Amino acid sequence: MASSPPHKAEQARRRFLRALIGGGALLAAGTAGWLPLARGGQPRLRPPGALEEDDFLASCIKCGQCVQVCPVEALKLADLTDGYGVGTPYIDARAQACDFSCDAVQCILACPTGALSYVKPKHLATRAGMRLAGAPILLAKEKDPEPKLNLKERAGVARLARPDLCLARQGKGWKGPSREAGYKGMLRFMEVDRWKPIPLNEHPFNLELCDLCVRACPIKGAITLEALEPDQASSPPAPPPPVGEGRNRKTPVVREPCVGCGVCEMVCPTEPAAIVIDPRRGWEA
Amino acid sequence: MSLRESARLLLGGAARKPAAGDYTPEVRRIHELKRMDGANRKALAEEMHKRHRTNHTWRNRRWVTLILVNLLFVVSFWLDIQLLEGSLTASRFLGFHLIDLNSALQVMLAHKHILVNLVIGTATVFVLWVLLGGRTFCSWVCPYHLLAEWAESLHVHLVGKRWVSDHAFHRGLRGMLWLLFAVLAWVTGYTVFETLSLTGILSRALIYGPGLALLWVLLWLLIEVFYSRRAWCRYFCPIGLTYGAVGLASPLHVSYRLENCFHEGDCRKVCLVPHVLECVIKGRATAEKMDIGADCTRCGLCVDVCPSGALRYEVKGLSKLL
Repeated sequence: MASSPPHKAEQARRRFLRALIGGGALLAAGTAGWLPLARGGQPRLRPPGALEEDDFLASCIKCGQCVQVCPVEALKLADLTDGYGVGTPYIDARAQACDFSCDAVQCILACPTGALSYVKPKHLATRAGMRLAGAPILLAKEKDPEPKLNLKERAGVARLARPDLCLARQGKGWKGPSREAGYKGMLRFMEVDRWKPIPLNEHPFNLELCDLCVRACPIKGAITLEALEPDQASSPPAPPPPVGEGRNRKTPVVREPCVGCGVCEMVCPTEPAAIVIDPRRGWEA
Repeated sequence: MSLRESARLLLGGAARKPAAGDYTPEVRRIHELKRMDGANRKALAEEMHKRHRTNHTWRNRRWVTLILVNLLFVVSFWLDIQLLEGSLTASRFLGFHLIDLNSALQVMLAHKHILVNLVIGTATVFVLWVLLGGRTFCSWVCPYHLLAEWAESLHVHLVGKRWVSDHAFHRGLRGMLWLLFAVLAWVTGYTVFETLSLTGILSRALIYGPGLALLWVLLWLLIEVFYSRRAWCRYFCPIGLTYGAVGLASPLHVSYRLENCFHEGDCRKVCLVPHVLECVIKGRATAEKMDIGADCTRCGLCVDVCPSGALRYEVKGLSKLL
């Protein structure tokens, strides 16, 4: 205003400049959300039913309702280091996998925005290999009238990442709790309690040949243990096993129904896990 | 205050001095009387002040409410009592969807696909805050508001000691940021503002445990203590503008009675948004009773501080009804 005294005009000019600089700084801070994306950090394993990553980040309202309904507390919320993913749910399968203890994929049910959904809207892309050939059968519900999970896509796929560590491939068994002392992860064991997951380490094993990944897998036909052909063995060929151990060598084989829940990675007794989930990877025949 | 003027202030416009024709004849008479009776009224005001004990009635009620609401979120999760599940961005109260209007807007713009649950939750919250006053959300629910109030008292203390001074920003900034974050969400497909939202970060930290994101909250508290009073809530946060717009249509507001006012300006000193209280300046009120505009957070600090009862909460239509 022309009539303003000079000091008032000067104050107004400063307010405007501060707004310009402050607003610019906030927008710059907002775009810094890209940095972790640009760095291409570790892809996160999303909860079951998550949309493809870009759609997921766009639609997740970061409320954590999925976190609250998970009976094994498998979901964690990402921090600022995930950029635009701050506050979005992910699964650290080695610490706590999704074992479908809830039977009905409760996190999808809880999601208010459809970031997790039973049925994706048609116009949203689904990469090849993400769609499951058929609805997965939950072993826990196999005898129920409706044994299937309402799940159309996988979250990732299991992969024997470190075959040399795999106990089954060495013909070794496993005795005791499957994970290190102090491990807190939970798992549902049908033979213990159909409805209640228990701490994994409260359920020790005594196995001639380790088949924990196959034994613990909650999905029917997602992983099997197969005899190891001589040419499949680790190269260079392992020395002949000592008597009484390793005569019967087998290997876990991941099959198409794998939904990428991460239970195999969680129970694998080797350190680091021989079998891991590749988050967001589709099935490659 | 007219709806248009209220909206203009919300978007950062400066309060205008009324023109001569804006005053009702009755109000003109009151202003005239006050001018003539100056000495007398001054003595009366001083007497009033002596008798008025500082009370924190509304502030205490508000703090209790704010803490209880946030605590309800926390215990719902920690004790698994499922009363209020989720966080402030989206939640379920006894199963009913509640979705923060600004977060919903960001998701709708970024995702470009709207689910029924999202619509239900947003509509419920919209109606709720139309009834309760819009920015009432800011001062009665938002956890950052409480931290900022404490930072503010520290800031005011330091200003009193002349160790720091308050640096104001142009109030139009918030509207610009609101627009830019809306455009950014639409164009990039990321809910960009959610990364920066102090409300969302704090609410999640309370419920799900602290993280690095709290450093961002801390940075803003430092800015507000040492550089600019209540900077985030006054000039930056687009959530305030979203709820402010909702409050335009609200029947719940603070109302001002010219008759009772001694124009001492205590209310404007404690107010987060003093531009809505320009009508209390001597000679500015154009009606005997003025409604305070939509940018008001209905925090009640002015109601508490006013020694002569010129500012009160009011629900439009309710007084007529009773």
